Order: sequence, then structure tokens, then C-alpha cells
Amino acid sequence: MIQAEHLRKTYGRTTILDDVSLELGAGEGLTLLGANGTGKTTLLRIVATLLRPTSGSLRVAGIDAAREPEAVRSTIGMVGHGSWVYEDLTALENLRFWAVMGGHDAPEARLRDALKEVELDGVAEQRARTFSSGMKRRLTLARVLLGRARVLLLDEPYTGLDRTGRKWLGEFLLGFKARGGALVMATHSFDAGVGIADRVAILSAGRVVLDRPAAELGREDLHRLYDDLAGAPGASS
Amino acid sequence: MSTYARRAWMILWKDVLTERRSKESLNALVFFSLLLLFIFQFALGPDRARVEAALPGLLWLGFILAGLLGLGRTFLIERENECWEGLVLTPGDKSAIYLGKLAGNVLVMAVVEAALLVLFAVFFGLDFTAALPQLAIVLTLGTLGLSALGTLFGAIAAQVRARELLFPVLLLPAVVPVLLGSVSATQTVLLGQPLGEAAPWLKLLAAADLIYLVVGILTFEFVLEG
Repeated sequence: MIQAEHLRKTYGRTTILDDVSLELGAGEGLTLLGANGTGKTTLLRIVATLLRPTSGSLRVAGIDAAREPEAVRSTIGMVGHGSWVYEDLTALENLRFWAVMGGHDAPEARLRDALKEVELDGVAEQRARTFSSGMKRRLTLARVLLGRARVLLLDEPYTGLDRTGRKWLGEFLLGFKARGGALVMATHSFDAGVGIADRVAILSAGRVVLDRPAAELGREDLHRLYDDLAGAPGASS
Repeated sequence: MSTYARRAWMILWKDVLTERRSKESLNALVFFSLLLLFIFQFALGPDRARVEAALPGLLWLGFILAGLLGLGRTFLIERENECWEGLVLTPGDKSAIYLGKLAGNVLVMAVVEAALLVLFAVFFGLDFTAALPQLAIVLTLGTLGLSALGTLFGAIAAQVRARELLFPVLLLPAVVPVLLGSVSATQTVLLGQPLGEAAPWLKLLAAADLIYLVVGILTFEFVLEG
């Protein structure tokens, strides 16, 4: 589903990503770990076609991202740092807006179902301005629920979620994989991230320094490897 | 309705709803118009002949200053919560977003222009009723050109830190043909002459509108992607 080969991203003389290659099949989940500033978000943004790599090639769902970014976009769902929530629209209006913009207009009943799924049905008519950051995160997930993504890209998706929300998200992601979707998640939340992953990759200074099946890594191993490999933030110059 | 039209409509619906609830732009623009009128009245005094001679220029000065404030803010809402990122990832032709934003800006400008006309009539004791149909044609053409460029440059300015400085620097020189055509055609209309007298200016306005609109539609995707 995702084939990245020798991806490199530089800004001037600063290298953010250096020779990153990844391959992810349908029904697989990859968790990206790494200290702050090691290139996790940049990698996700490149896969999402929000950034162009300086060099290297990328195919998503068999489509060349450099040649047909628009086609790639119709296959991906994204939960980034921003919630994409309009503060003066209600939860329901926000969902309707993104459903139409995403080209998958849904009847109101389906929008309400999505809100119910993330336990926001009680505040469907309330403006998002009154929501906590956790509620906005749930609204973001409801938006993803409505889409027809085959590839999910998640950047710290557990941020702001309470215990119930984290449990729900974990189950949703496992269900997404079971339906044949592929997902890449950047997180600092080891337990939650590894729980849904088939593979774990650690980034350090823009390079993939470890890429292993999650089943091979015990909790203790992973923490030890992370401490040894993840390193300090920073790009190499 | 096609997907393209639905997307454009959705952008307009969202912007109008947001403005109706927050009233951020309209309240500020109407208050700004009121201040402008006070300044004009102090500057021109009670001499009716002076007011009438300067009126077309004053009207468009008011519109363009309000436009600089209003149009420059068009895309700031998309910066909040990274909604911009969502718009970039929206599949399909991005010019639908441009047209939706443009329609919203034309609406806001129309409300501000109507408010300014009423304020001019009240402050200077003027009666626009006889000239209103012809004036509406000139205002529509002028507003379309101003908004078409303002929407595009608003999207460019929203991506830089010095946006308040960059926006007028981009907009004002480029909008000169619209201002020339609008002020001249407005003068003809307010002098009570037939609209046909202003035909060359109206043609200039229509041509400028068309060019700005086509440029906006063709280039918006590149602007949005940064």
C-alpha cells in the first residue's frame, strides 16, 4: 500500500529526512517512534503529499505520489497536529463540511452515527469553540470515520484523548487494518502505538535506525532499543 | 449539483455561517466605514459642490479601504486548527475553493458597500435612488474585480508573517484598472448621464474582471499548495 524508496528531505543545507525507505502492505500498521525533531511528522507529511521529497520515490496504493498527488489524496485519511475544526461551526456542521469537501457527502443520519461512535452525539449541535481539545480530537476521528481512506496517517492521535477515547481509537485502528487498510502512526505513546502495530520503526536524525516486526519486540526490548537508538532531536547538516 | 459546485457552495456556506455567528469582519468593517465618513465630512465641510465633485473617488476610496481590511482576512480562518491542510488534501479541482471564497467576499463587500452608500446619503444629504440601477451595475463589476484579486492575494498573504504589509502591496497596484474604470463609470452615473457614456470604462472593468477571475481560477491551486 505504501512504497517509499530513498526518501530525502532537505531545507537548504539542513537534512530532515535521509534515505528513508519503507514498505507497508494492505492490512498492516507501522508505528514510528523517535525523539522530537527526528523527522516523523515530515515523513507523514510527505506520504500525505503535503510536502514533496527532495529526492526519492513514493507510491501510495500503487499511485506515484509525485505524478498524481491528487489521486493519492483520495486514498488517504489524515489525523495531524491540527484538528481541522472550524470553531464557529457545530460538530455536525464540521462533519458535513469535510464530508462534502472530501467528495463523500453523507446523509445526516450517517453524520450523527459517526458522532455517536466517538461519543459526541450529545453535543452535535454545539459550536466546536466550546469543546475541549480531547473533544476536538474525537471530532477529528469522526471525520476520518466518514471517509473512504485506504491509508491512514496519524500524528500523535492519542493526544488529548481520555482512557475511553484511547480504547475506542485502538479498536477502531485494529478494525481499519482488519478491513484491509494500512496505517502509519507517529507517536510517543509506546504502549498504545505498539499495540496496533505490525511493525515498529525508530527514526533518529532523519534516518530509520530500526524497522522490525512488533511481535519480535517485547516491551523491555523496545524501551532499551529506543533509549539506545532514538537519540537527540535534530537534523544532520 | 456537481461535486465541484457543491464544494464551492460548501465553502461559501461555511464562511457565511461563521461570519453570521462571529460577526468579526462585518462589525469591524461597518464601524470602520462610519469612522471614514466622519473623516470625509470633516475634510470636505458642508460645501455640497465639493462633496459631489469628490463623491465617486470618495466612494471607491471607502470601498477599497474596507476591501483591504476584509479581503486580507479571508484565509486567516483556514489557518486556525490547520484547516488549510485539510483544504490542500481535498481531492479534486481546488478552484472550487477559490470560487466559494470569492462568492463570500463579494457578499461581504456588497453589504459594506450598501452600508457605505446609506452612510454617504445620511452624512452628506445625498439621494442615490435615481442612479441606483446604473450604480448597481458599476458596483457589481468593480466589486467582482476587486474581490477576484483580493481573494487570490489574500490566500498568498495568509501564508506569510508580514501579511498585513504584503496584502496591500500586492493588491493596490494590480487593482488600478478596476479603480480607474469604477471611479470613472461611477462619476458618469452620478452626474446623471446615460450608462452608455461610460461604456469604455465598463468594457475595461468587464475585461479586468474576466482576466482576474481566470488568473484566480488557474493559479489558486499553486497558491494553496504554497
